[in-house]
Amino acid sequence: MSEKAAAASKSFFTPFNVVAGIIVIIGLILTALRFTGGLAAVTNLSDYNPWGIWIGFDLLVGVALAAGGFVTSAAVYLFGMKRYHSAVRPAILTGFLGYALVVLALNYDVGRPWRLPYPFVIQQGTTSVLFEVAACVALYLAVLFIEFSPAALEWLGLRKARRIVVKLTLLLTIFGVVLSTLHQSSLGALFLIAPSKLHPLWYSPYIPIYFFITSIIAGLSMVIFESTLSYRYLSHKMDETHLKEKNDVTLGFGKAASYVLAGYFAIKVIGISAGNHWHLLGTSYGLWFLVELFGFVALPCFLYAVGVRDKNLKLIRWTAVLALLGIILNRFNVCLIAFNWHLPSSERYFPHWMEIGISVFIVTIGVIFYKFIVTRMPILYKHPEYSDSH
Amino acid sequence: MDGTFYTLQEFMTYTEGVTYILILAILLGMLGFWIFLVERDEN
Amino acid sequence: MSISRRKFLGWMGAAGLGTAFGSPAHAAANKHFKGYPESLGVLFDNMLCIGCRNCEAGCNKVNELPPPDRPFDDLTVLSKKRRTNTKVFTVVNRYDHFKGIKNPLFRKIQCNHCLEPACASACFVRAFTKTKEGPVTYDPSVCVGCRYCMIACPFEIPTYEYDEPLTPRIRKCTMCQPRIIDGKLPGCVEICPTEALSFGKRGDLIKIARERIKKYPDRYVDHIYGEHEMGGTSWLYLSGVPFKELAMREDLGVTPAPELTAGALSAVPMVAGLWPVLLTGLYAVSKRKEKIAKIEQQQAIASTLEKANAEAESKLSKALAKAQKEKAAAISKEVKKALEEAKKTQEKEGS
Repeated sequence: MSEKAAAASKSFFTPFNVVAGIIVIIGLILTALRFTGGLAAVTNLSDYNPWGIWIGFDLLVGVALAAGGFVTSAAVYLFGMKRYHSAVRPAILTGFLGYALVVLALNYDVGRPWRLPYPFVIQQGTTSVLFEVAACVALYLAVLFIEFSPAALEWLGLRKARRIVVKLTLLLTIFGVVLSTLHQSSLGALFLIAPSKLHPLWYSPYIPIYFFITSIIAGLSMVIFESTLSYRYLSHKMDETHLKEKNDVTLGFGKAASYVLAGYFAIKVIGISAGNHWHLLGTSYGLWFLVELFGFVALPCFLYAVGVRDKNLKLIRWTAVLALLGIILNRFNVCLIAFNWHLPSSERYFPHWMEIGISVFIVTIGVIFYKFIVTRMPILYKHPEYSDSH
Repeated sequence: MDGTFYTLQEFMTYTEGVTYILILAILLGMLGFWIFLVERDEN
Repeated sequence: MSISRRKFLGWMGAAGLGTAFGSPAHAAANKHFKGYPESLGVLFDNMLCIGCRNCEAGCNKVNELPPPDRPFDDLTVLSKKRRTNTKVFTVVNRYDHFKGIKNPLFRKIQCNHCLEPACASACFVRAFTKTKEGPVTYDPSVCVGCRYCMIACPFEIPTYEYDEPLTPRIRKCTMCQPRIIDGKLPGCVEICPTEALSFGKRGDLIKIARERIKKYPDRYVDHIYGEHEMGGTSWLYLSGVPFKELAMREDLGVTPAPELTAGALSAVPMVAGLWPVLLTGLYAVSKRKEKIAKIEQQQAIASTLEKANAEAESKLSKALAKAQKEKAAAISKEVKKALEEAKKTQEKEGS
């Protein structure tokens, strides 16, 4: 009896479960604080700094990193790169969870979360870029849910429903790319209205295009990163096709990311030139800009290229991490570091530990759900009864 | 209000509102037209 | 059914379609927007301001705001740089030591009530309205609390009730819209003991300001702050020193806020209209390629098969021919043999 209990407790208290459990408990306490004491109780936000890391990280970075869904499904279903087929489902799942968590995070950040549907059902602020972002994110979350659903339906054994959804693949993919183009770029366009607050090196009329292109880089790198982690911890869930295509995916996506990074580097330089901001490169913000441009755009571009030429999968995987850090740095720069650069340091924002705590909590929820789904549903393998196509 | 726009903000609220309705119509229309276009293709 | 109908009507309302569709006035209206005619504003002249904080007290009273941290007759707070917040809609800051001016100068901060408000352009529920009287008003009954207005405002005016857990509002100066409609003066203007604050039609105020500059060219900087900044504001400022020395930004530009995002918004229907065409095209190309590849593969298989068949056939026919030849040879041999035997028999019989 006691042995049995010990065995049960041993199997439940794995290191992952213990860490995740602690984070979740802290997260729930912080949640209670947020919804009883208001934003002032858990954040360092102020009247000068209305947006902190819940927007800078949870929204801007979250949406960018969830771009793998539209990038992969476009590559496979629209551009005919069938050899990456096994990467579609994990990427769609990551995208779906990513967007769901973005919406969850927004519930913490906005003042009256139950009013989030107001822009659609009560009064439409159509001149707002945020209106467009909200509309596209809401629609895209629905699209991702439908795109993800075949895996769940196979798991549940609902053949008929699955067949209907699979028929919609092409339509959903095109719709997903349209919506992603729109809202990924519009997240950058949010800052167009504040030229007097964002440092001129980051403020550019091209900022929507920068955000869209970086989302592609983020999506490609995220697929590589996520497949590395899955292989490490969940390889027993992968079928032969997945294992066989895995390295192909890393090589192919690494190659694509390298070239997209090259193009991004080019248009960033054009941005400096178009605004005639060369003289700002010598300032401290300029040096920081160059760190981002060379350390987190040019360098991953080059390392990806070397990795692809040498077929060095390990290098490509590490470069994916560097590229992802670059995306995070870029979003932080635009939203937090180069934003309000004109203010004295006493008025600047630095996140409260509880803000970081909530963000960690939300990411942890994502990992838990990913693990739950991947260990149950046919994500990393094909369901034997549905080998036809998916 | 006598039907004239006095501010750009007002004007854009109107035109963007129409634009969003048209976008919905366009997306549906494009889908319908595509189906019409390829209906008689043999595979 | 009823919900979707309501929603649809909501959309129609958003677009103004219900009343305005096809009205000819709209057709020609998108050239240049001059703001509401006869709209009101306030002119602040810092050469006439004595820094008495009465405007702060008046504002506090008419807006029924909580009591201040320090009483309004305590003027020591003026030297500290203060900003507006959820409990204070206007503040006056003091700036000392200007060349050629022996007295300190004051700057009054409150919402400038832009002609094209950035907050209104940024709000995705239209909680902000530029009223035809001039004030930019805020409606907390639709506000979601996203704080994008605060990001957008170049003057950093909207403030947020961060300590409200569930019902936070944006708080800012309303230019006393309810009082204005009743024909009263804004609280701060009414209480001002000097001529530092003048209330009136914005157009008239600009004329007054110009006259003052013309009359006292040595006293004023030749610039009316707010005439063109961010497309113009309902509050206007005259100053004896350059505005940037009072921490008022002179680098805001004259572009009205809605124009800053108009370009990005105009790209939305282009993407929505053309992306499906482009993507379907790419899909068709890849599908076609796939199809051709399949056909070529089939053809290759077929021709290989054919070749193999032909070879096999020719082999067979050769074998047949050979067999026939052999057979014929065998027959002729047999015949020959038979004939020879017959001949032999004949010869035997004959002998």
